[in-house]
Amino acid sequence: MTSVSVRNFSIIAHIDHGKSTLADRMLERTGSISERNMRAQVLDSMDLERERGITIKAQAVRLDYHASDGSAVVLNLIDTPGHVDFSYEVSRSLAACEGAVLLVDAAQGVEAQTLANAYLAIEAGLEIIPVINKIDLPAADPDKVAAEIALILGVEADGVIRVSAKTGDGIEELLDRIVRDIPPPTSEGDELRALVFDSYYDSYRGVVCYVRVVDGVLAAGDTVRFSATAERHTAAEVGVLTPLAVPVAQLGPGEVGYLITGVKEIDRIRVGDTITHPGQAAVRPLPGYAEPRPMVYSGLFPSDGDDLERLREALEKLRMNDASLVFEPETSRALGFGFRCGFLGLLHMEIVRERLEREYNLDLVATAPSVAYRVTATDGSSFEIRSPQDLPDRGKIELLEEPYVRAMIIAPSEYTGTIMELVQTRRGSMDHMQYLSPERVELTYNLPLAEVVFDFFDHLKSRTRGYASLDYEPGEYRISDLVKVDILLNGQPVDAFSTITHNEKAYLYGKKMVERLRQLIPRQLFDVPIQAAIGTRVIARETVKARRKDVIAKCYGGDVSRKRKLLERQKEGKKRMKMVGSVEVPQDAFISALRVDTET
Amino acid sequence: MRPDSVELAEAAADWIGTYVHVPFCARICPYCDFNVVEGRDDYQAKFVTAVQAEIAAEPGWEPLDSVAFGGGTPSRLPPEALTEVLSAIRSRFGFKINTEISIEANPEDWSGAMAESLIRGGFNRVSFGAQSFDPGVLASLGRMHEPTDITRGVQSARRAGFRSISLDLMFGTPGESAESWHASVEQAVALEPDHLSLYALTVERGTALSRSITAGAPAPDEDDQADKYEMAQARLADAGYVRYEVSNFARPGHACRYNLLTWAQGEYLGFGPGAHGHRGTYRYRNIHRLDAYFQAVLEGRRPEQGREAQTRWEREQERLMLGLRRVAGVEAGCAGKALAKDDWGRRLFAAELLVWDGTRIVVDKPLMGSEVARAVLALASGDC
Ligand SMILES: Nc1nc2c(ncn2[C@@H]2O[C@H](COP(=O)(O)OP(=O)(O)O)[C@@H](O)[C@H]2O)c(=O)[nH]1
Ligand code: SF4
Repeated sequence: MTSVSVRNFSIIAHIDHGKSTLADRMLERTGSISERNMRAQVLDSMDLERERGITIKAQAVRLDYHASDGSAVVLNLIDTPGHVDFSYEVSRSLAACEGAVLLVDAAQGVEAQTLANAYLAIEAGLEIIPVINKIDLPAADPDKVAAEIALILGVEADGVIRVSAKTGDGIEELLDRIVRDIPPPTSEGDELRALVFDSYYDSYRGVVCYVRVVDGVLAAGDTVRFSATAERHTAAEVGVLTPLAVPVAQLGPGEVGYLITGVKEIDRIRVGDTITHPGQAAVRPLPGYAEPRPMVYSGLFPSDGDDLERLREALEKLRMNDASLVFEPETSRALGFGFRCGFLGLLHMEIVRERLEREYNLDLVATAPSVAYRVTATDGSSFEIRSPQDLPDRGKIELLEEPYVRAMIIAPSEYTGTIMELVQTRRGSMDHMQYLSPERVELTYNLPLAEVVFDFFDHLKSRTRGYASLDYEPGEYRISDLVKVDILLNGQPVDAFSTITHNEKAYLYGKKMVERLRQLIPRQLFDVPIQAAIGTRVIARETVKARRKDVIAKCYGGDVSRKRKLLERQKEGKKRMKMVGSVEVPQDAFISALRVDTET
Repeated sequence: MRPDSVELAEAAADWIGTYVHVPFCARICPYCDFNVVEGRDDYQAKFVTAVQAEIAAEPGWEPLDSVAFGGGTPSRLPPEALTEVLSAIRSRFGFKINTEISIEANPEDWSGAMAESLIRGGFNRVSFGAQSFDPGVLASLGRMHEPTDITRGVQSARRAGFRSISLDLMFGTPGESAESWHASVEQAVALEPDHLSLYALTVERGTALSRSITAGAPAPDEDDQADKYEMAQARLADAGYVRYEVSNFARPGHACRYNLLTWAQGEYLGFGPGAHGHRGTYRYRNIHRLDAYFQAVLEGRRPEQGREAQTRWEREQERLMLGLRRVAGVEAGCAGKALAKDDWGRRLFAAELLVWDGTRIVVDKPLMGSEVARAVLALASGDC
C-alpha cells in the first residue's frame, strides 16, 4: 500500500454537536461496521466517559472508502477529547493528522473549545474542513453558522459543507472532500520514524501503542527502539483498528495502527515518543505534541493509612492510561502519608478521584486544590511551589507570582455585561473582543489560573443560562498580592486546609472555611475554637461548643446486650474520624469542607 | 447504707434475682421500644399459667436477693395474678429476710385495694411510671394518667406499707419548658418518694417517635436535656437524695437492688416473653412473641430464643461498661488499667471525664458516659 491512498484526520467538535453520530455514519458508509453498539464498546469504552459524555482517550479507526471517482482510499479517523481539561490530548491527536473536520451544530453555532481546538489545528498546519451538522433540525440556521465559521477561519461561507449526521445527508460529499482537500501523508525518507500518539494498558496484551508511521515501514517481528527511553523491544504484533484490532504484516508510511511489544509497564512507553529501528543514524525526533502540563495540584490521602501502598499502585496503574497524571509522595500532619498529584483541571481531578474510589475501592481524602506558584526568595533563589505548605515564611519571600491564562469565551452578546462583571470579581482583565455575528461575541481575557480553575465555568454557565462556552490556554506568571491562609483547630494549624489566595479574598475564604467547619466538626469533650489566620493575625473565628450529653439513659437487665451493640456501632463510626491534634474530625469533613462550591 | 457506697455496689455482684416480664399495656407509648402488646388483655390468664409453668420448670437455686416485675405494665394484671406468680417464684427459689420484691405500676391502674393486696402477697417496693406532673407533657408522651393519679398512688402505697416507693420521671420532651420540668421535680419531691429515676427522653429506632421526627417533628435537644438534668440533680441533692447511677437517685437504704445487681453483673433469671437473663458466662433472652412463647412453655420446652456466650474479656469489658454507670465506679482491674494506657482512654482522663484514685475508676461527668463505654469497648483483648 502506498501512502497516496491514505488520509489521516480528526473531528473537532463541541460536546453534543454530533461527533459520535457523524463517526457512526462514516463507519456505516464505508462498511466498516454495522452495529452501533460495536462503536459503543470500542470508541467509547469507559463507563465514566459514557456517564459524563466525554471521550477521554483518543483512539483511531480505519475506514476503507471508495471515493466517487472510484479510487480506494484508507481514511484514518483519530478521535479527540472534547473538554477543556484535555486540550493537550487534542494536540497529540492532531500531531498524527494532516487534516481536521471542524464540526459545528447548525442550531448552536461555534463554541469556544471548538474554536480553540481549530486554532491548535491551524497552528499544527492541518487542513481544516468546516462542516455544519444537524441541518435537519427545525431550529437549524446554517447560513448564520456558516457566516460565523467564515469569519473565524477566513474562508468563504459557501465552502462550508452542510450535513445531517442523523439522516446521512451530505456524508458522501464530506467524505469526498476529505479525500480531495486533506493532503495525503508525505514522508521524508525510508528510515522508520513512527509517532506514538496514544497508548493504553490491556491486562492481557500489556501496553498497546497507537502509532502513526511517518517514514519507513513498521513490520511485525521488527526490533524497534523508543527514542525517549532508548529501550529496544520486539514488535510482537502490529495491526489496524477497523475498529476491531486486525493484525497486519506491516504499517507503511502515513499509516495509522497499533503496536504491541509485550511491555507491561506503561511508564516505559512515552506518548509522543518517536519509534525507529535500532542502528539508524541520528534520528530527528518527530514533533510530538504539547507536553501535558498539570494545572491543578491536590494531595490525595488514603483514609486508612494502611492503604498507602494500594493507593500508590492504583495511581501507577491509572498513569498507564493517562500520561497527564503526575504524582509524588507528600506528608501531611493532619492526613498522614499520601501523594501530591497534578491534574489538567478540576474535571480531570474528579475523574481520577472517582476512578480511584470506584475501580480501586479506595477511600480518599483530597486537600484543597492549588495551582503552582513561583517564589523568588529574599536570598535570590527562585522555585515553584505546588502546595501551600511549601510556601516559605512571608519574611523570606521577595516576590510571589501566580500563573495566568488567556481565556476565550463565546456567548450571546447580550451577556457581555454580566460576563464582564464575573471576570472582574475574578481579577481578570479584557484582552480583546470580537463580534462573530450581531448576536454572538468572542471575549478574550487574562485571568489568574487559580480563579478560573475552580468554579469559574459553573458561574459562567449559570450567569449565561448555559449559553457561554469557555476555553483557556496557559499564559504568563504575574506578580500578585498573595497570602497564605491557615485554618487552626484548637490552636493547631491543619495543613490540609491551608490555601494561598489573593489578599482581598483571604477574609472570605477564612470566613467560609471556619463556618463550614463549625457545622462539620461534631461537638467534642471540650470547646474547639476554629480560626482562620494569616500568619499570626486571626481573620475569622468560630467555636464548636463542648458536647454536654452523650449517655444512654436506661441500661437495665433486659438491655445489656442491646446497648452494648449500640455502643459497638457508635464505636465503629468513631473509626471514621481522624485525630487532628486532640480534635476528632470526621473523614467526610475534609471532603465537604474542601468541596468547591458551585452556588453563585 | 448510702446508695452510692462502694461496698453496696460491689456486694451486689454476688446477689441473684429473677425478672418477670409482663408485656401488656393499655396503649403503646410513642417512645417505647420494649417488648409490649396492646389490647391483648384476653391473654392475661394464659400468660399467668405459662409464666408459672416456666418458673416451675427451672431447677432450684439459692434464695433470691431481688425479684422484679417489669414490663410492659405489670399493674395491668389483677393483684391476685401477680401474687400467684410471686408465690411460684418463692416456692421454687425461696427468699431472704431482706429480699427486694419490686413491681412497676402505672398510676392510672393503681388503687388502695391493689396496694393492700400486693403487700399481702409479699411485694415491698413499687415504682410508678409518673413521667411528669404536666398534663401537656403527659399527653405528648402518650400517657393515660393525670398528675393526681400519681399523688394518690404514692399515698395509698405508703398507707399499705410499701418499704420503698419510687417515681420514674422523663425530661426533655420537645415542648416541655424548663418551668414545667422544674415544677414536675418539685411536685415529685413534695411526695417524698424513697427513690427517683430521671430519664432523658430517648429516640429509639423503630418507634413512632422516631418516625414522627423523621417526618419533621422536633427532636429532643441535647443541651436542653443537659440543663434539665443538672437542674434536677441539684434540686434532688438538696432534698437529700443521693445519685448512685446516671439516672437513679435514692435516700440512704433505698437504692434499687435489682438495678445494683444488674450493674454488678449479678446473675438473674428472666421469665415471660422477651425476658432476658444472665447466668455465669452467658446472657440469654426468651421468645418475644406471645403465642410462640406460650406454645414453647406449654409443650414443656424452655422458651429461650437465643443466648450469647461471653469470653472472659467480654465480661471484663462489660464490667466496666455497666459498673462505670454507677457513682461508685469500678475497681480498675485489667480493663481499667488497659484504658488508662490506651490513647482514647488517656484523652478521657485528660478531659477529666474519668478519674482514677489508684484503685477505683469513676466517671466524673455522668452525662458523657457513652464516650467512656465506647472507649472501653474499643480496647483490644490483647491489652490484658
Ligand atoms: N437532529 C439531529 N440530531 C443529531 C444529528 N447529529 C447528532 N445528533 C444528536 O445530537 C446528540 C449528540 O450527538 P453525539 O454524536 O453524541 O455528539 P458528540 O458529543 O459530539 O459525540 C445526539 O442526541 C444525537 O442523536 C443530526 O444531524 N441531526
Ligand atoms: S406503659 Fe411503659 S412499657 Fe407500656 S408502652 Fe408505655 S412506656 Fe412502654
